[in-house]
Amino acid sequence: MPQPIETLRGFGVTFKQIFKKPLTQQYPEYKRPLYPRWRGRHRLHRHENGLEKCVGCSLCAAACPADCIRVVAEENTPNNRVSAGERYARIYEINMSRCIFCGYCELACPFDAITLGNEFEISEYSRDDLIYTKDMLLAEPIKRVPIADPAIYDTPVPYYQDHS
Amino acid sequence: MSETWWVSLIKAFIIINLVMVAFAYMTWVERKLLGRMQQRYGPNRAGPFGLLQPIADLVKLLRKEAFYPAAAIDKLYIAMPALAAFTALASFAVIPFGPGWEIHGYFVGGWVLDAPITLILLFALGSVGIYAFMVGGWASESKFSLLGSMRTCAQMVSYEVSLALSVLGVVLMGQSLSLVDIVHKQQDTLWFVGPQIVGFVIFFIAGIAETNRPPFDLPEAETELVAGYHTEYSGMRFGLFSTAEYINMITLSGVGVTLFLGGWDGPWGLGPLWFLLKLSAFLFVFIWLRATLPRLRYDQLMRFGWKVLLPVATINALITALLVVWI
Repeated sequence: MPQPIETLRGFGVTFKQIFKKPLTQQYPEYKRPLYPRWRGRHRLHRHENGLEKCVGCSLCAAACPADCIRVVAEENTPNNRVSAGERYARIYEINMSRCIFCGYCELACPFDAITLGNEFEISEYSRDDLIYTKDMLLAEPIKRVPIADPAIYDTPVPYYQDHS
Repeated sequence: MSETWWVSLIKAFIIINLVMVAFAYMTWVERKLLGRMQQRYGPNRAGPFGLLQPIADLVKLLRKEAFYPAAAIDKLYIAMPALAAFTALASFAVIPFGPGWEIHGYFVGGWVLDAPITLILLFALGSVGIYAFMVGGWASESKFSLLGSMRTCAQMVSYEVSLALSVLGVVLMGQSLSLVDIVHKQQDTLWFVGPQIVGFVIFFIAGIAETNRPPFDLPEAETELVAGYHTEYSGMRFGLFSTAEYINMITLSGVGVTLFLGGWDGPWGLGPLWFLLKLSAFLFVFIWLRATLPRLRYDQLMRFGWKVLLPVATINALITALLVVWI
């Protein structure tokens, strides 16, 4: 049934909203801080002495639900020692257009060689540029993204947090 | 006093360009104001405060691929957006926005055309504009367009009746069908919004339905009909339909200001400025309605138009006629 007075109160609400400050976060100027364990772009890691952690076992390729990792292993010769084990990954490619950023590769890796970092601004202009090679994955991320304080988010039992 | 033909020509050219610029920045005002009412910014990336956004939209529409359905009836399909934009722009020629001025011995009126029957000319052009929407949807030979144009036709015809009847009271009080004479009469007596408040409300509501604005925008409801009668139009053809809709809105606000709010009447003689202020108030209320109200369902729309608005308009006209005769 028609309610004219309530409708006019609705008009008052929209009119008052003109004078309130908008809630929009303007993206490139303000970047919202990410959780520390947020799954972003993959990174391959090295040991402190410069040897790569990845031995080319392709457990990550086996675990990947989207089937986007390609690993071709090669023997470590005494002249060319790349990784810390017997073999190293000669070709290591991740197809970012297939990846669903689930983190299974990170969970499957027995050597902590691949983790999912915090970078998300990885758009490209063509599909071929989205196939990331080993060099690109080993490199540091170019753009910094703000990360929130781990003490807020990384508690083991969230409901018993006794400090903020 | 009448003006020479080339003065009219120059004035018509200037007014058409100003109306097109007003339409472009009307879209900007609408998007920014709707955003602010919804607690967000409007467009603010294209140029400072998003001021170049209409130009960006224009370039996008011009460069878009203008495909059309193979089954469409070619000449009608292409002519209808042009017809819609033409009638919308032509209706703006009769709206007076200032008293006449004497410049270097030539009389320059505050309107492009002043004829004894300008009010009927407006309704005639509006009805031809309805043809454009109807035939445009039908000539697209697509189910959604056909449904959309049938609904558009029914809605616009129903509310056109109430629109014409609501203006009848003003005509009776103004004793003339010419918009300029009505404004002169309002200058001498009081603005017609006072005695004709019912007529004003009916005119406004019927006007919202005539221009397919929310809450009466079922013909172009994206969730119900894809896009109604302009589903199969793309690129600048759609741009022309959009032009026609916004300019209809501006024209209807101009007519409402002229008939009810005294046109260019105001203190200190700044005629066109008062006209623009009153026009802006009307357009603000159009945008405010869009932000606030949900869409009317089709049967609710038709029931409201025929069972509520038409009797009220008729009774208003009747009572005005009786009062004018006996007082």
